[in-house]
Amino acid sequence: MTTIGLVYDRIRWDEKALIRAASKAKVELKLVDPKATFLDTAVNKEKTASEYGDVVLQRCVSYFRGLHITAILENSGIRVINPLQVSLICGNKLYTTLALEKAGIPTPRTLVAFTEEGVHKAMEDLGYPAVSKPVVGSWGRLIALIKDKDSAQALVESREQMNNALLQTYYLQEYIERPPRDLRILVIGDEVVAASYRYSHENEWRTNVARGGTSEPCLVTKEIEDIALKAAETVGGGVLAVDCMESKNGLMVHEVNCTVEFRGLYSATKVDIPGRIIKYAVEVGKK
Amino acid sequence: MGQRKEETTFQLKCPECDAEIEIPEDVISGEIVSCPDCGMDYEVKISSDGKATLGTAEIEGEDWGE
Repeated sequence: MTTIGLVYDRIRWDEKALIRAASKAKVELKLVDPKATFLDTAVNKEKTASEYGDVVLQRCVSYFRGLHITAILENSGIRVINPLQVSLICGNKLYTTLALEKAGIPTPRTLVAFTEEGVHKAMEDLGYPAVSKPVVGSWGRLIALIKDKDSAQALVESREQMNNALLQTYYLQEYIERPPRDLRILVIGDEVVAASYRYSHENEWRTNVARGGTSEPCLVTKEIEDIALKAAETVGGGVLAVDCMESKNGLMVHEVNCTVEFRGLYSATKVDIPGRIIKYAVEVGKK
Repeated sequence: MGQRKEETTFQLKCPECDAEIEIPEDVISGEIVSCPDCGMDYEVKISSDGKATLGTAEIEGEDWGE
């Protein structure tokens, strides 16, 4: 019998739901809080599996903590959901864009600059308004709407003060005219499990649930299914949330998330997402 | 009528204001509890011998999210 590990650094609603789902499916779940322990880089699959399980659901809320744990576990021969390569791509918006561009999946036009001069030149090319995002970051943090040259200037000046090497890469994206919502499509393995519309909160243009966005069920059409499966496959597959926008020319993928928070999607659709994730982890263990 | 399961709890003292914080018996190590009096957040830590203590909850890091 495959044992599943749940590596977490915070117990959110989602983690509790996964724990309940595992118990309901009679799957042995090992709970590991990495803050309370250390990891050994020496390759010893048996020992690692006895502590972490045969298949690990890596659910750390801290991206780099989770990424590094995934690297160590995978190196020991443990299957991790999601794999290191997938987490590397999805954890970095630029790498995600590159993967989507290469696969020919519609995605907003994105320019990258490293200096004030580069940002101004990029903005002349892109036109106003445009969207600036940190290459690594979540929950809509530091995502800014650049409305004019002055706000581009303010963006660069504030980023320069932030003393963070990752924030000195400017990821600038065309602003897509869209309804005040986006689509969140959950892909598990090679299946679309659920989809929702996320509406932005009043006085807020970002649709993140962490920013007060609300979820409504969304009927999965063939177009939605195709683009979500293709995007998930392009980044390497696993348990992934594909975020799309409805542009005038059809759906566009702007993000693929690899540590999926599914509370909003679950309350909107009532699909047993935690049960499906546990089932997928068991299947991965059998492969 | 379904029977409502009585939730059993135990208490730990708030390190900040000394108030009693109710902790559910089935608490999971790493869960966040808040002090009802002063509002401070703590992370419940369960040691290998099953003893629960309250530690400082991590504040949101720049790489937190999904």
